[in-house]
Amino acid sequence: MARDDDGDEDFVTFGTALEPLEDDEPLRKPIPLHEQTVKDEKGRYQRFHGAFTGGFSAGYFNTVGSKEGWTPSTFVSSRQQKADKHHARPEDFMDEEDFGEHGIAPRQITTSLEFSSSRRDEAAERAKAVGAQAALIPGDTLLEELISPAKSSIGVELLRRMGWREGQGVGPRVKRKPRRQQQAEGGTKAYGCMLPPAGSEDSEDEYEEFAPDNVTFAPKDVTPVDFSPRLGVQGLGYRGLDPGLALLGRGADEHIDLFRPQSESRSRLFGDARSSVRRGGVAGQAFGVGALEDDDEDVYHRDSMSRYDTVLGGEEPGDGLFGWTAPQQYTKKKDKSKDASYLGKILEGFTLAQNPPEEKVIFPPPALPSNYRPVHRFRPQVDVSRLSGVSPALAQALKTSRGHMIKEDPQQEGRHQLDSGQRRTMLGEDALKGPSSVMDLLRPEDRQRLLNLRNSTNPTTCTPVSTDKSQVAKQDLLVGVAPPPSGLQQQQKVLAAWRGSNASTQTFKPFEKTPSKQARYDLYLDRLRQGDTDALEQSLDQTMTEWERSREREEFVRASVLYRPSSSSLSSRFTSAKHKEDEDSVEVNRDEEGDVDDKQNAVKMKMFGKLTRETFEWHPDKLLCKRFNVPDPHPGSGVVGLPKVKRDKFSVFNFLSVMESREMAAPPKPPESGKKSRWDVSQQETKGTSEDPQSAAQTQPETKSDHSSDPGLPASSSRGTSAASRTQEKLADLQSSEKKTAGDEEEQQEEDEEQEEEESRPSMDLFKAIFASSSDEKSSSSSEESNDEEDRKDKEEGKTDLQPANLFTITTSSVTTSSVTTSSVTTSSVTASSVTTSSVTTSSVTTSSVTTSSAITSNSHTGAASYQKSAQEELEFGPKLPPPSTPADRGGAAQICSQSREEFSRKKEKKHKSRKQNKHKKDKKKKKCKKHKHKQEKKSKKDESDSSEDMDKDDDDDDQVSTAELLKRLKNIQSHRTR
Amino acid sequence: MAFPQPKPQAPQLPQHLLRTIDCQQGAVRAVRFNADGNYVLSCGSDKSLKLWSVSQGTFLKTYSGHGYEVLDADGSYDNSQICSCSSDKSVILWDVATGQVTRKLRGHAGKVNCVQFNEEATVILSGSIDGTVRCWDTRSRRFEPIQVLDEARDSISSLKVAQHELLTGSVDGRVRRYDLRMGQLHVDFVNSPITCVCFSQDGQCTLSSSLDSTVRLLDKSTGEMLGEFTGHKMKGYKLDCCLSSKDTHVLSCSEDGFVYCWDLVEVCSPLCFKVLNTRLINTFPGEIQLCGGVANANS
Repeated sequence: MARDDDGDEDFVTFGTALEPLEDDEPLRKPIPLHEQTVKDEKGRYQRFHGAFTGGFSAGYFNTVGSKEGWTPSTFVSSRQQKADKHHARPEDFMDEEDFGEHGIAPRQITTSLEFSSSRRDEAAERAKAVGAQAALIPGDTLLEELISPAKSSIGVELLRRMGWREGQGVGPRVKRKPRRQQQAEGGTKAYGCMLPPAGSEDSEDEYEEFAPDNVTFAPKDVTPVDFSPRLGVQGLGYRGLDPGLALLGRGADEHIDLFRPQSESRSRLFGDARSSVRRGGVAGQAFGVGALEDDDEDVYHRDSMSRYDTVLGGEEPGDGLFGWTAPQQYTKKKDKSKDASYLGKILEGFTLAQNPPEEKVIFPPPALPSNYRPVHRFRPQVDVSRLSGVSPALAQALKTSRGHMIKEDPQQEGRHQLDSGQRRTMLGEDALKGPSSVMDLLRPEDRQRLLNLRNSTNPTTCTPVSTDKSQVAKQDLLVGVAPPPSGLQQQQKVLAAWRGSNASTQTFKPFEKTPSKQARYDLYLDRLRQGDTDALEQSLDQTMTEWERSREREEFVRASVLYRPSSSSLSSRFTSAKHKEDEDSVEVNRDEEGDVDDKQNAVKMKMFGKLTRETFEWHPDKLLCKRFNVPDPHPGSGVVGLPKVKRDKFSVFNFLSVMESREMAAPPKPPESGKKSRWDVSQQETKGTSEDPQSAAQTQPETKSDHSSDPGLPASSSRGTSAASRTQEKLADLQSSEKKTAGDEEEQQEEDEEQEEEESRPSMDLFKAIFASSSDEKSSSSSEESNDEEDRKDKEEGKTDLQPANLFTITTSSVTTSSVTTSSVTTSSVTASSVTTSSVTTSSVTTSSVTTSSAITSNSHTGAASYQKSAQEELEFGPKLPPPSTPADRGGAAQICSQSREEFSRKKEKKHKSRKQNKHKKDKKKKKCKKHKHKQEKKSKKDESDSSEDMDKDDDDDDQVSTAELLKRLKNIQSHRTR
Repeated sequence: MAFPQPKPQAPQLPQHLLRTIDCQQGAVRAVRFNADGNYVLSCGSDKSLKLWSVSQGTFLKTYSGHGYEVLDADGSYDNSQICSCSSDKSVILWDVATGQVTRKLRGHAGKVNCVQFNEEATVILSGSIDGTVRCWDTRSRRFEPIQVLDEARDSISSLKVAQHELLTGSVDGRVRRYDLRMGQLHVDFVNSPITCVCFSQDGQCTLSSSLDSTVRLLDKSTGEMLGEFTGHKMKGYKLDCCLSSKDTHVLSCSEDGFVYCWDLVEVCSPLCFKVLNTRLINTFPGEIQLCGGVANANS
């Protein structure tokens, strides 16, 4: 559209006007047809073949031939050139003419953008000017301005389409408000950054006064804020030396402030006409004063350093009394008053705040009272009211116990008396999830027991316990055995506990090591949650043998009892670790190499063969077998190299290279029994330990079972690692006589027991046996410790320097069905509080009639009956589960065990084919005895000889000797000693 | 047939020195025959491996590429490849004809003492001072070993492969026999650092020399000692031992510069013959050929 600016306004013309004809121009004659010829670039005529049949360049020089002539060229396969054959472009099919000036694809250098000197965009220019100031070389953008493209960007195009005009701001059209109002508003709100008042605004103010109300205006254009990063190392707000100022020599008296943003040059850039006194143009010292210059300036201008700052910051007060040691009035002045120079230094983009920020009042800390001590003492308070299931008697006991623990200050009253629960209720907070006290987690009978313990310990504060329940508990205490919940009962209990519990809560996974088992367990739990009564039966794998199922059944029930939701509610208080730390176990070779000493001896004696030969199962890599043209000897095994097993990282047995029985026992043996307890010892080893527990720990590698037995040999059923007894001595200089007496009594008791169950008694290896603690009630700490992991016991075993007497003072509190009395209680009085031999009972556990001679540990502490519950599980689940316990189980197990032990020994006899070996073993033992003698210097010689003799005897006919015999002998020794 | 077999002649001790080759590569760390005994590989301490013709005694080729002295080498059954190991912790597989490095196998943590092809040259087994035996695949392009046998507790000093068995001698005083077919590892305790192990030609026995100046012949299956050969001196150097081609004699180097030779059955006084500064020994079926490497004093 073009508007005609001519005089006649009546016509509106569209389109481009033709050139006006000139009068004197002669009329052009049309070119005759024959003259309308086309020549190519070489001057040859070109025939027109037709607009759609090739134009001027059909064929090859107007023929249908080709460069090669009529005959087609021989076929050249392009197969080899496939790789470098590029895709055809349209240019490949074009003629040369097409690339010419008038062709369809002219090839020549053209400008890609049209350039023109369009209307200048003032806002952009301003922005550019600002940018130029900020640039390293001031005036840098001059070149850009010269060759600015006429084509505007697509954004600008779009805005134009939407009705935007250059010079306007972007945004909805607004009604202009009276200026005053704006000012008022602006006056109040000036907290943050504000754009500097644009100069152009002032000029428009005049129009505003007569702006009609019904007219809306486009918003004002604003100068874009320059966000160019600072590249130099100058400080914030640095502007550089303005060439206009410095070079032109204007205002010689003026001080040049490099940090002043609102300098004159700047304001000039923003289009303020008022300041521009002098016109542009080349001027200066070199050019003299031109004719157009009005004023006669100092041509020979001299620059002086006084115009420049020599120090950073503003000028200091003149008298030189400044600095932080200056008199008060100077420093104060600086704070309060805003001097003019400061005002002038406002950075671009900032304005002065109208109201000063609120001063923060900092109060002095409260004065501490004179008796203040910066240590907080926690008072153990049990919130009795919150113990829901606790009997009043226990509550009373707890209350009194609190008084016992801490000296209560009678004066202290009020809020210090409150505990966290009370405060919580006062504050109206929600109660914490989960049990509020440890007492909640205990079972009622355990609570009773605790209560009884308390009552017995402080009889003065004892309150009469009248409930018949506690009476029962007392009886229990005497008996030392928790009432045996039958399997069915237990299941019911479990069902009640799990029913309807939240499935989403994370429960402990006890069978995580075997995924299939864990899956079955999970299934079982799910069914429990749904309230299935026969959940157990359904979740078990029907393909398993009856024996396995029964075993698993027990395990599941026990696990579900132990990890029932109540304990998981405790876990709601804690966050479980995201990453499982399985760092406490290391991979060790399953088959440890045997002891070197034996072999060295064998080599010395030139007895090569079985003694020096060891054979391991070794898994070659599959690929290696393939390369060697050998079938895989262990198809399907994912193991490469020697098979590894996971062991506890800190187990002593990793360092004491003690053999675990490599060979699995007889076929009927259940797979679970592969994981044996270390109590499950071979005969030889036990002898080793019998001599001295201390030396036993050291000589364990030597006592390692005869490993030279070929794999073909039927394995002796179970050869555990070692017997490790854990005994504690609280007093190092313990009178052995005391012990002996105690031991005597225990032995007596033991004898009684023995009378009772001659047959059912497990063939008790004293050495792997059972060290029942005597004074457990007094030392609850020791009782708990004795529940620790076996490994720890093993470790500690090394430390405790036991005298041999200690070993023999051990009671075997194997609990049987018939015998109700446990030895532990009675002996406590004898060995007074000083002696605490916390000891461990081993009771053999077998769940089936098949020979599982895995003996396990349990302790016969009456105090910790809950733990006692499942010593069996210690085997299956690892140390996390407390010991098990239906006495019925134990008794049965013991019986079976004794049988199996006998069988085992008989078998073993057969198996020892080589006499040599046996002899050698004996040699070993004798040697050990010698060593032992050396080590145990404290030991009285007589005892030593006694015991060693005995041991030797044992060695000789270890297989034949019955356990009863052993015990008797031991007793003899005891009696010798006590004498 | 009706004709009785001619009575086997009593094996003769080597009578004369066939040939002496001056390798000119510093101390010779190992000399190995190839599969048919016509060529000899010598491992020099000047980082080079040289191939010699036995019959003419002529030098054929040098294989250079190791970064430190070459400690052991072995030729493949078809004479197409050579593997060698070096103190630079690497094992190199050479192409015999071109002399180019086919593969350089790195992975050992210390110098590699011994190297062997398996029967079909599909696997290279290398024993190192780091106590491991690494099985390298020559067929694939993997640069990791197929398997690492790290049962030894000390440096592997010697290594032999026979069919499906791998015999290793270690400084921890144990001779280990890996039976791939059975999937078993047999460990024989000798209580003295093993310097050299080898199978007997019939594959029933193992011979091991150790630093207690003893060569022991052990029954392979049971580990019992069949013979013990002493008289020579082997206290501190890794010297080789071997059985003769028909298992009639046991040969061992000695630190006194002689090669000691025992009758296998009658273990009486050793016969010895002197080879100048013998360090290394190797026999080959058919003719007893002894390779003596001239080693420098402090090797």
